[in-house]
Parts: sequence; C-alpha cells; structure tokens
Amino acid sequence: MTVNNKSFEPACPLPISGKHTVQLAHGGGGRLMQELIQDVFLRAFHNPMLAPLHDGATWPIEKGTLAFTTDSYVVRPLFFPGGDIGSLAVNGTINDLAMCGAKPLYLSAGFILEEGLSLDIVQRVVNSMAEAARAAGVPIVTGDTKVVDRGKGDGIFINTAGVGLVPTGVRVLPSLIQPGDAILVSGDLGSHGVAVLSVREGLRFDGNVESDSAPVHHIVADLIDSGIEIHCLRDLTRGGLASVLNELAAAAKLGMVVEESAIPVSEPVRGACELLGLDPLYVANEGRFVAMVPMQQAEATLAVMRRHEASRHAAHMGVVTDRDPSMVVLRTVVGTHRVLDLLSGEQLPRIC
Amino acid sequence: MKYVDEFRDRAVATALAERIKKTIRRPWTIMEVCGGQTHAIVRFGLDSLLPKNLTLVHGPGCPVCVTSVSLIDQAVCIASLPKVIFCSFGDMLRVPGSRGDLFGVKSAGGDVRIIYSPLDALELARKTPDREVVCFAVGFETTAPAWAMAVTQAKQSGMRNFSLLIAHVLVPPAMEAILSSPQNRIQGFLAAGHVCTVMGYEEYEAIAQRYRVPIVVTGFEPLDVLEGVAMLVGQLEEGRVEVENQYARSVSREGNKQAKTIVDEVFEPAARAWRGIGEIPASGLRLKSAYNAYDAELKFQRELAQLAEGKEDPECRSGLVLQGLLKPPDCPAFGTRCTPEQPLGAPMVSSEGACAAYYRYRSHATLEYRCEGQVNDRQ
Repeated sequence: MTVNNKSFEPACPLPISGKHTVQLAHGGGGRLMQELIQDVFLRAFHNPMLAPLHDGATWPIEKGTLAFTTDSYVVRPLFFPGGDIGSLAVNGTINDLAMCGAKPLYLSAGFILEEGLSLDIVQRVVNSMAEAARAAGVPIVTGDTKVVDRGKGDGIFINTAGVGLVPTGVRVLPSLIQPGDAILVSGDLGSHGVAVLSVREGLRFDGNVESDSAPVHHIVADLIDSGIEIHCLRDLTRGGLASVLNELAAAAKLGMVVEESAIPVSEPVRGACELLGLDPLYVANEGRFVAMVPMQQAEATLAVMRRHEASRHAAHMGVVTDRDPSMVVLRTVVGTHRVLDLLSGEQLPRIC
Repeated sequence: MKYVDEFRDRAVATALAERIKKTIRRPWTIMEVCGGQTHAIVRFGLDSLLPKNLTLVHGPGCPVCVTSVSLIDQAVCIASLPKVIFCSFGDMLRVPGSRGDLFGVKSAGGDVRIIYSPLDALELARKTPDREVVCFAVGFETTAPAWAMAVTQAKQSGMRNFSLLIAHVLVPPAMEAILSSPQNRIQGFLAAGHVCTVMGYEEYEAIAQRYRVPIVVTGFEPLDVLEGVAMLVGQLEEGRVEVENQYARSVSREGNKQAKTIVDEVFEPAARAWRGIGEIPASGLRLKSAYNAYDAELKFQRELAQLAEGKEDPECRSGLVLQGLLKPPDCPAFGTRCTPEQPLGAPMVSSEGACAAYYRYRSHATLEYRCEGQVNDRQ
C-alpha cells in the first residue's frame, strides 16, 4: 500500500511478533507470554523445581524454623558499575535471609515490565539474575510477569521473595543485643550509593567506584559454623550505617558508641561524598552488614569475616552501652562526641 | 584522604584548642559567616573544645537560607509551567515558599531536575531545544562565575531556551548590615574562605576599619576553623583590627581575577531581599542589560505578574537566627513545629542551614561523653 508515494504500514493492532521490545501481550497469557517464559526465563533459570511449570513450587520440609522475606527493586539506572537490578534483586533477598541467621533455600521472582522496553535488556537482567542465583547456590523456583503501559513503569521493577532455614539453636534478633557487645562492620561503606549516583547523574569520580552488591550468606554461615555467638545482624541498605544503628539502638533500648576513625570508607567514596556534600554513613550499601557479638569474640569474628572477599575490610568500630538508651553517639575524628541521628528525607546534594 | 585528613588531625585540634584557652582572657562574641563553617563546628563538635567565655554566633552565610519567600514562589510558578524544565541545586527543592516547595511541583508532574553544575543545565538546554530550561541561580560569590560562564556560552551559541532565575547574594553587604544594626553584638568575624577564594579580601579591609572588627578569612575543615578562631581571639586580646588570612592555601588578597572578570562582564550589583532580614542595598546580583534575554524574571514576566506577594510563616524566626540574634534551639518552634520534614523556614532545610545543623547533630541533650576506649583504631 502506498500513501503519498511512500510505503505505508498499517498501524492497527494486528498481532505483532514483538521480537525486540516488550508488548502488552507479553503479560497477557497468550503466545507471546509463553515465548517470553520459555525463551527468556526458563532458559536462564532452569532447575528441577521450576521445570513442572506449576502455579507454585513445592518441597518437603523437615522440622525447624523457616525464615521468609520479600523485597522490591526499582533501581535506576538498571545497570550500574558493579551490578544491575537483576543481581541486586537476588543478592538483596539472600542477604535479608542471612541477616535472620538463615541458610537461604529458594527465591521467587516477580517482574513488572514496561511496554516498549527492549527485550535485550530483559534478557540481560534475567541472565544476570540467573548467574547471581547460581553463584549463590539459591535457585529461583517460581515467578510471575506483568506488563504495564508505556510510561507507567520505569523499565523493569523486580520483586523477589525468599525462604530460608534457620539452623537449630541459632537466634539472631535485635532484642539479644547486650551492653558491652562489639559492633563490627563487614566492609567499607557507601560504594553502592555512590556508584549508582555517578551513572544516574553522569558524574565522574577518581578511582571508578563500583557497587558493593554481593551475597553475604556464606559469611554468616561461616560465622555460625565457627561458633561465633552472633547477637544481631543487619544489612546496611537504604539509609546506610547511621540509620541501621539507630533502628537497632531503638529496638534494643540500648546506646551505641561508634568511633568515626574506625569506620572503613574507601578513598574514592570519601572524595565523592566530600564533593557532593553527602555523608557516607547515610549512603546505601548492598553487600555490607553490621554484627553485634560479645566483645571477647570480636577478634575471632573479624578473623572469620576477613577470610571472605566481600568482608575483607571488616572492622571493629563500636561498642554497645547501657548509657543513653536508643541513642547512637559518634566519637569524631577530632575526638569530640556528637549524636548520630536518623536522616530526615533524602540526602540532597549541596549547593557550593 | 589527601587535603582532608591532615586538616582533621586529633592532636593538632587539641593543641589549637589549648592555644585558644591560653590566649583568651575576656569574653568575646564572634561570628562564622559561612554555613559550611557552622556545619563543621557542629558536625565535629568543635564548640565543645572552645572555652566557655567565647561565644560563636552563626552567620547568614547560607544562600539557600536567605533566599526570599517571593523568589521561591516565583521558582514554583515557573517550574509548574508545562514547557519548562526547571533546574536547581538539590538544597533548594525542599525550601518552603508560601505556595509550597519545588518537591511539591515535581510530585504534581512538573519537570524539576537536580543539577550539580550550571554547565550541565546548559547542556540540557542544548539537547532539548523545544523546552525552556530555567535555572535557579542561587549562591554567593562562589557560584556566580559558573553561572556567568553558562550565560556567556549560551549567548555565544545563540541559545534562546535557557534562562536564569537569579537569587544571587553577596557577603560583604550582609556583614555590614549586621554590623550597623543597633542590636549587633559581633566583635569579630571568621570570613567565608570559599567566597574569598573567588573575590579576595581587599573589600574586607575597609569593613574591618570602618566598624573596628578584626576579620580572619577561614576555611572549612575542623583545623581551619580552630586556627581561624585562634587567630581571631589573638587579634581581639591584643586589640588589633586586621584582616588576616588563615585559608592561604586557597585564598589570595586579590582573589581569582579571571572569575571576577567574567562575573563583572555578566552581572551587576542590585538590591536584594534577604529572607527574614529584608532588603539590603547592592547585596545581590542581576544580569546586565546585554543579557536580558537570559533573565527568567523578564522571560516569564506575564506569568509572574499574577503572583501575590509571598509571606513568610509568621512563626519562623529565621531572620533572627541568620543575624546571629537567636540560637536555633532557643526558637520555640525548633524541633516541634519546625523539623526538616515540615520546615517553617529554609535554615531547617539547607545542608548549610544553622537550624538543620543543630537539629541533625544536636537534637538531644548536650553530651558529656567519655569513650570507654574499647574501640580499636582503624585496622
């Protein structure tokens, strides 16, 4: 057909093969959705529990305690130095299970895709999830996909839920934190937040900051196997170290004193934070956690942590006290003390 | 980190604090002009190292804080227009005007973006020729050269979709306004190091002599502030009135000539209303007439004409705080009806605002703390 001597293609809603971008029909239950499930999801995630393509995964359980958690991932941009939304969605939920002292068993993955998104991008994200799940040894055993109209999403949103098994005798809870406990941090802070900000805003920093996104369940398992009496664990995601310590101090009704000079922050992250007026203690991490353990086990805990790449720079940075309940006090680099409070709203980059 | 760690050294800080204690004999009240210095003082607890008879007063040196409600209202009005991409430094987004803040505009669908440099905004205008890119040009003498650069580049390339809503303020007129107030109790100034990096400090010599106040140009790291205080206390005790330069690694007497030249090329002094203080003659900048095409107030004259006069929240005492007449915790609304989540005034919002500094670092009773020494040093 030609109109004005130009070739004309009908723009009516005929079935479109949609080989290159996400179509609404990819979530509609028809042929396109089956193609997406077979060609993209199953090919990447394949495992025996997923194979039956049932409405859910089933497995027998032994006696014991289960841990169950969920988290949604909406990071922008989808790809950033050191990771992407896919690996983040796997590692984040695995880490939430690990913070309960659990051995992660299985994950679910729910996708909300935006119409018009390149299928290559979907493929890259899914491959990255599959790779992260394989590396962590935690299979994705059930899933779901929905497609929303163009402009109603931000490319891809992912929800993952996870189930884990807490070993007999292990209890990891804020209420178990004791006065005199050592506060340890598993590595240097702020890399994830700075890495994401740098690509989002097109900023360049010396030293190429990469996200610290990583699973930490094997570190926790090693701590438990090594006989460390863990009182509490918490991953340092949104709000960073300062927010987490405040939450834990409030939950435990105890005080915490933290030595600023003992908190590990890499040089490029410090530089970027100084430049932007951000405080690394409030910047997000995706592969870091704090541990509260009895003071006499502090050194042993550090030794176990430092055996693992993701916690090679673990440090002893503070102590739990029964003074000033619910308050976190920072001993500054110049030797004075101040309250380390919760942040109000988002950290805003400063003006000059 | 190089150029940072050496200015945060604990032993040197203690030694400087000792020097101040040995020098001081009488009570003195001094003002740190810049909000960056206020934050260093509160963040590092430097005031707890200083003798009790030295009173530090926080000055008006936060450009976000002193931007008038009317200007915020203008920004909100322009940012709400469908064809506009409104660019601002992050601090300004949460500052309340009388018709809400820029975050409100963003959540209502306005295109409001955080920028880090004026040249980023220029690039954005280049990439979006069918949109009007309007920038909230806020700052002291420090940021003026970058805005001037952006405007000259826009003019050279004949761009028509780029303009500035100017809220620029100048430091010396504000210092003079404080000194000539009958309520003034400031006996010496720590001048703002970054501003002087651009402008130099020749201007301050006349102010020092006219009002008989010693001035020390001071940096922003803990040791800078402590050394600045030590130099200022030294002058006060010896009865000297001079402009001294603590921040010599960055500041020269004549400042940055290139930066000053481009500012003079593009801007001229103009009266400016300061939030909570009122209008101060020749205390702001405006574009010279050759650059009128880049003035958002002129470009959006028709839309702005419909705006009612902006009113500050009557409960907010930020004017007194900015003049050093009230400490933030002494304000009846502090931490109760005024918090960073629900601010009555800008000093509770800005990263350099005195109220925010107190709220963030001092929202609890003053701490008398001795560390138990159980914490290891960095491994």
